[in-house]
This record gives sequence, C-alpha cells and structure tokens, in this order.
Amino acid sequence: MPSVKFIEHNGKEHVVEGDNGDSLMVIATSNLVPGIDADCGGECSCATCHVLVDDAWMDKLSPISETEESMLDLNPDREPNSRLSCQIPLSDDLDGIVVNLPEFQY
Amino acid sequence: MSEAISLNQSALDDPWSVPLSELDPSQPAVFQTDSQFGFFERLRAEDPVHYHEDSIFGPYWSITKFNDIMAVDKDHKRFSSDPGITLTERQADFSTPNFISMDPPKHDVQRKAVTGVVAPVNLAKLEPIIRERAANILDGLPIGETFNWVDHVSIELTTQMLATLFDFPFEDRRKLTYWSDMATSGELAGGPTPEPARRAAMLECLDYFQRLWREREGVAPDVGIDLISMMANNPDTQDMDPMEYLGNLILLIVGGNDTTRNSISGGVLFLNENPDQYAKLRANPALITSMVPEIIRYQTPLTYMRRTALEDVELRGKTIRKGDKLAMWYVSGNRDEEVIDRPKDFIIDRANPRHHLSFGFGIHRCMGNRLAEMQLRLLWEEILNRFEHVEVVGPPERVQSSFVRGYSDLPVVVHPKR
Repeated sequence: MPSVKFIEHNGKEHVVEGDNGDSLMVIATSNLVPGIDADCGGECSCATCHVLVDDAWMDKLSPISETEESMLDLNPDREPNSRLSCQIPLSDDLDGIVVNLPEFQY
Repeated sequence: MSEAISLNQSALDDPWSVPLSELDPSQPAVFQTDSQFGFFERLRAEDPVHYHEDSIFGPYWSITKFNDIMAVDKDHKRFSSDPGITLTERQADFSTPNFISMDPPKHDVQRKAVTGVVAPVNLAKLEPIIRERAANILDGLPIGETFNWVDHVSIELTTQMLATLFDFPFEDRRKLTYWSDMATSGELAGGPTPEPARRAAMLECLDYFQRLWREREGVAPDVGIDLISMMANNPDTQDMDPMEYLGNLILLIVGGNDTTRNSISGGVLFLNENPDQYAKLRANPALITSMVPEIIRYQTPLTYMRRTALEDVELRGKTIRKGDKLAMWYVSGNRDEEVIDRPKDFIIDRANPRHHLSFGFGIHRCMGNRLAEMQLRLLWEEILNRFEHVEVVGPPERVQSSFVRGYSDLPVVVHPKR
C-alpha cells in the first residue's frame, strides 16, 4: 500500500498507509491525524481539509478543478502549494508524498 | 382570509392533517411556535423537492434533504445568490446589495476584502479578549433571581464582539443589536416591523457608519484591522456606493450577531431539555469541543438560504425553471435521518459533529464559522467554571421570522458551584 507523510504545523510527523483511490483527507481522518477538519465530508465545498503539498510532489498531482479553485481562492492563507486534500486521490505514483498541515483550518 | 388563517392553524396543530399544498414553512408563525420540524419531516418523506405555488413571498421551491441542499449550495453557476438570499423580493427603491447576494467575480473580491478579520491569526488575538468578556458578563449575573439569558448573556457577548470587529464606539454597541433586529424583522419578510420604520433604522445605521468610514479612510492599513478600515482602504471596496456599504454592513452585523446569539441561547435550552447530556458535560468538560458544533446544528440559527435558478435544472425528477426561487432549508437538512444519525436527538459527543448545514457549503459558506465556534467554546468553558446549573425556568419566546430561528426571551436562574 502506498504511504503518505503528514507533517503537523508543530513538526510532528505521521506516516500512514492508504488504499489507492482514497483521498488524502480520508486517509488523514481515518488515521486520526490531527489538523484536518473536513466539515463537508469530501464534497470540495468547505475548504477545511486545506494542506500544503511539498514542492517536490506538486508536479505529480492532477490539476486543480474549477470547484477546488473557487474554494481555495477564498482562503486568505492560500500559498502556491495549497490544495484541498479531499481532491487528491492516493495512487502508486504518489507513494511517499509529503504534505504539511496548516496551523488552522477555516 | 379567515379560511387561510384556519388552514394555517390546522397545519401548525398537525402538519400531517392538511393537503401538502397547504404546508408552507415560510410563514413566520411556523417558527415562532416551533412547529417547523413536523412540516419538514412530512416534506422530506413525501415531496423533498416541493413547489409551493403561493406564499407571502410568491411561489418557491422547498429543498429539504441534506444531500440535495449540498448539491444546490455547491452549484453557484446554476443557482445564483443574486438578487438575494432571503425569499423577500429586493425593493427597487431601497436596494442594499452585499456580497452574500452576489455571484463571482464580484462576490469574491468583496468577500476577500473583509475575510481577514476572522483569519486564524486574528482569532488567536481575540481569544483572550473574548474569554475575559465572557467571564465579566457571567460574574455580573444576578444570583437567585430569574432573568432573561438572551439579553444578559447572548446579546451582550455577541454585541461586544461585533463592536470589536468594527472598532465601533463601545458605549453605543446596543445600536448594533437594534439595527440587526430591525434589518431582519421587516413586514415584507413577515416580521412585525413596518417597512418605513425598518428603512429609517437602516438609514440611521448608514449615517452612523459613514461617519466612521470618513474617519478611517486613508488611514494606514496597519493601524486598522477593523472591518470598516478594511473596506475603506481596499481598492475593491473603497468606491462602494452608500447603499452597497449599507448592504455589506447589515450582512456583517446580522452574520456576526444574530446567529451566534441564538446558538448561545439555544445551547442553554437544549441542555435543560436533555439533562443526561448536561450531566455528561459536567462530568467531562472536554466535550465542549464536540458540543459546540452540535448546538449549531441543533439550533440552525439561519433556517435557509435562497437561490434563484439561472437555467432549467432537474432535481429528483422535478424541473426547476429558470428564474424560480429555491429555499435550501438547512434547518430541515440538519434533521435528515439519511445523513445524520438520530437527528432528532441532541448528542454532545457525536462523531463528525461538524458535518451539518448551518454554515452552508460552497463559496458562500459562513466566513465567521470558526469565530462563532470559538465564542461558544469560551463561553461554555467559563460557564462550567462558575455554575453548577443554568436552569431554564420558563418557556422561551421565539422571534417572528422564518429566516432567523431565534429567541427574544429565555428565563433562567443560575446556580453557582459550591
């Protein structure tokens, strides 16, 4: 199974495995990784599963959809590597991906 | 007329006893008498996407299932927020546009101009201030006598907060409460306030805030992080005309005031109605974290948001026509048994308590949602520090509105810890 490294804002690392096709949001919440709220449950409509993807992995992700863009755009703390983790399905290509969690979700 | 009133009364007494065509949840009396849940239970069961041919607001669709509401709320390209998010028609001679009633791109730039006020870094600064104020309010409550929790606590805490966000003269802060109440209680929305009186209050509000605007215009942005300075000094909002300024002020005042106020009152009521939950909370105050979103679900302080179809759309086999109005009844979706486990029960330690509709979803999702949660959390932490019981000693009085689900009176007696 491919794995994901989540790094909390305080630096604490969580390496967890997940099934291909599961979103990084689902993998984080089902492994009780703190820092992801996911209020809407994966509908790309609340932006509370915001993550900052390690630069080395940005090119491997599918492009940002119009819906994700409209939600990310409203976040004043958006960075160039900001993504919504419910919109990143895990795959073998992403085995070992590193994502940083923001200090707050809102 | 008398026939309509008697039918209405029958529906209030037993929503299953009248023809579906007589079941209109947009009547303020439905919420004032707390009769809405039977209405929505029947609509969800029999016709979850229901067309009301007539109401005080004209024809409209009721969307009552959680997932349908989510689908409409996300679909801002086909379901517009313009010309407004309540069923009341915009008045051509008194139009107060604001960003919640706009679509992209204008919505996005106006929202972004003010959203920083509730950015996490600012919330962290506000936390000790809110805690101290909550403590002061609670320490000043009368002991051993009945008082109105709404006025003494709910209104006071949220109005102090709002005055801070606007950097509004603190001694005048109850004007904000007054303007908020006048804005949402107009007769055109089925409320008790005559339209001329509502307009007069709105113009008084504009006049007051225009003075504050002039004082803060051109002031270096690092001086003011308040909402007025933000709007007055942002290129995207500094040229707003007066009625648009008024519209955005009312949006921020109602959004920052009426909603949290009613969740504060509702929480006290729900814990009294569910003594097992109150006991669980006393035994484990850490449950405040999950109780807060449960209070917000259970209260649903804004009952719906309206959308207007920009094209014909099929939903559950119904054709919603271009130009039709829809009410996404958050208050109904929040009791949808297909999505929420035991939705009629108030459960302070639910799994996934934030999976509710009260803040909306999509680009118009409540920007103050984390501030609202923080205010409730801090208040309940301070309540539990002081009081063994905030006892409700009489029935609440509810406001006459089908949009704001709120309380004007909640009689309580507080019992300090020994």
